[in-house]
Amino acid sequence: MITAKGNYVLFPCREISAGRPKIMDVMEKLAILTDAAKYDVACTSSGVDRSGKSGSMGSAVASGICHSFAADGRCISLLKVLMTNHCVYDCKYCVNRSSHDTPRTAFTADELADLTINFYRRNFIEGLFLSSAVMKNPDYTTERMIRTIEILRNTYRFNGYIHVKAIPGADEALIRKMGLLADRMSVNIEFPSEMGLEKLAPQKTPEAIIKPMGLIRSGIEENSSDLVVYRHAPKFVPAGQSTQLIIGATPDSDHKILTLSEGLYNRYKLKRVFFSAYNPVVEDPLLPSLLSAPPLLREHRLYQADWLMRFYGFSAGEIVDSKNPNMNLAIDPKCNWALRHLEEFPVEVNRASRERLLRVPGIGVRSAEAIVRARRAGSLDFDGLRKLGVVLKRARYFVTCRGKTDEGVRIEPDAVLRGLLSKNDRKMLPAASGDQLAFTDLPEMASLLGGAPVSAFGYLPEERTAVHAEREYEFGIHI
Amino acid sequence: MQNVNTNLVYIYDGTLEGFLCCVYESYARHEIPRGIRTEGGQAELFEEPHWITTDLNHSAKVYESIDRKIALEAQDFVKKAFLTCVDNREILMYRFIREGYKCGRRVFDRLTDETVGSITKAVKNLEHEAHQFSGFARFSLFDGIMVSCISPKNMVLPLLADHFADRFRDETFLIYDKTHKMAVVHKPEGTLLTSMEKLVLPPIDNAEKAYRELWKCFRDTVAIEERFNPKCQMNHMPKRYWVDMPEMEQGS
Repeated sequence: MITAKGNYVLFPCREISAGRPKIMDVMEKLAILTDAAKYDVACTSSGVDRSGKSGSMGSAVASGICHSFAADGRCISLLKVLMTNHCVYDCKYCVNRSSHDTPRTAFTADELADLTINFYRRNFIEGLFLSSAVMKNPDYTTERMIRTIEILRNTYRFNGYIHVKAIPGADEALIRKMGLLADRMSVNIEFPSEMGLEKLAPQKTPEAIIKPMGLIRSGIEENSSDLVVYRHAPKFVPAGQSTQLIIGATPDSDHKILTLSEGLYNRYKLKRVFFSAYNPVVEDPLLPSLLSAPPLLREHRLYQADWLMRFYGFSAGEIVDSKNPNMNLAIDPKCNWALRHLEEFPVEVNRASRERLLRVPGIGVRSAEAIVRARRAGSLDFDGLRKLGVVLKRARYFVTCRGKTDEGVRIEPDAVLRGLLSKNDRKMLPAASGDQLAFTDLPEMASLLGGAPVSAFGYLPEERTAVHAEREYEFGIHI
Repeated sequence: MQNVNTNLVYIYDGTLEGFLCCVYESYARHEIPRGIRTEGGQAELFEEPHWITTDLNHSAKVYESIDRKIALEAQDFVKKAFLTCVDNREILMYRFIREGYKCGRRVFDRLTDETVGSITKAVKNLEHEAHQFSGFARFSLFDGIMVSCISPKNMVLPLLADHFADRFRDETFLIYDKTHKMAVVHKPEGTLLTSMEKLVLPPIDNAEKAYRELWKCFRDTVAIEERFNPKCQMNHMPKRYWVDMPEMEQGS
């Protein structure tokens, strides 16, 4: 097994029954090619509902299904591996760069198809996530990936989920062919700005990345008009396309990242934009040092912002703008917005529209829906909200029920602060400032907080992942 | 005039049809029971038991009336409520149906009502658990037959059976629910739900061992060391699901 630091330990700890050298070989490849694929964060199996068919095996569920959770708390839904980690490119940030001294290997199409189908039958996975380093050239690599998927779809009659990476620079016809076999296709943009790409991946051009994205989009559009004419026309990536941005390897601001994401959702009709906190894998003067921790909190705040844009009706400009280009890490982006827009509050629970309810800190999609439904049967008070399972910890400062605020709500600075910030958030407050603040000062204080503790790469070294786990529920984030 | 007898408890055979007959009897006899339980259930203090015999004509009438008087989705809801593990689910369902007869489909909006609220929560819990098991259940292969054991809190088997029978249409599989001692058996010709006291399995073969090892290798390798976060892992996949996962055997 290779560790992130590139040390190779010959054999991943477990014994295996003697006399099965073939599996042994596959195990070794699996360890190498999983390790090389793990920094790709997308692992969802969502976006398409497809029931089973006789004569084939498998189905897909629109919500996606998690089959396990790894020790880092991330969901495992697909068998996420590289076809090969042999690479002709030498991108500075990447574990697979050609100058990196690391063991190289490649699956054969048969090996990988067999592994996928056997994992699937045991219900270990929802399907395959196939990516690859570039072996020989983009076309050669893509053909090898296509062969694997063809075996799965045609020989094994596999009807489950397949996510493939389009290899930038591959022939248009090959990308189309792949799109007709896969459920989702993605191209990783990696760097939010061209500058980052130039410096860190000099052999790649922005055009090479944007081109396949455009191809996938037009493939989806043409296909949907074909489907109107021929109901059984094969579907082109029915679960849409996604991409990934690396966070913290370059000095790009949250504003840059979020407006880019917004553009991708609107113009390229992407289903998801994933964020990956940069994990230092190599010492290079252009990159954060090997000792710096991945900016997990910033990644988490970006996911919250992404959720606000996709499900809560927020635009990127409402979350960050050119004056405040970075989010405040101490407080979630919805709270931050609410504090800057106190004129929008309080919201009357019994009359506010679903859209306005969604803008209340602490009220998520599920709570908003429960409120809208329950108030049809009669007007709600705070007790009623609690019965609905609405968490009032933060919401109580922003809502009224029948014109009244919640009992015991003190609109006093320390109480409001305590109410709005989680335990982890509070640790980040400058120690002395607590008692001299007025409620109306909060927005200013919030921006002050945002500025103070952030390092050049937007990250507090001691802040690890606890916040990540704690907040996940409101937003239901499954990466 | 309803005969409100505060000590009356209906005793039924534990089937959905039997439960629907309790609803029928209560209307036929103009009385409201305090509780509804099975023969083996816990007797209440000072209860006045009344045995309800299951009559399929009666249950069919009640079942049909749920669609007609409440809503089409209410039938599905009642069937699901019967599979939940909420305490006193029968009496909650009974009260839910009574409310539904009075106010129609609007009964679903009355989420702040104790009965409606708790039964809605229970059904959501069942659906959530079934969804979790659709990912966390594991099959082992014995001569090509796929076998899975689960220990759910709710009776998730009928929901899981639908999911897996669709996914593995042409396969033969068995899912054994250790909690409720029930099993679902699927063959390409059809699916059967049955009670099963015990399931004894032969030892697994070498191929099975090998794929489990490969899976463990994948699961361990895919985690990013720098992001290690067992608390988050456990939040998403509580330990109670681990007992039936072969890869979690050594508590890794």
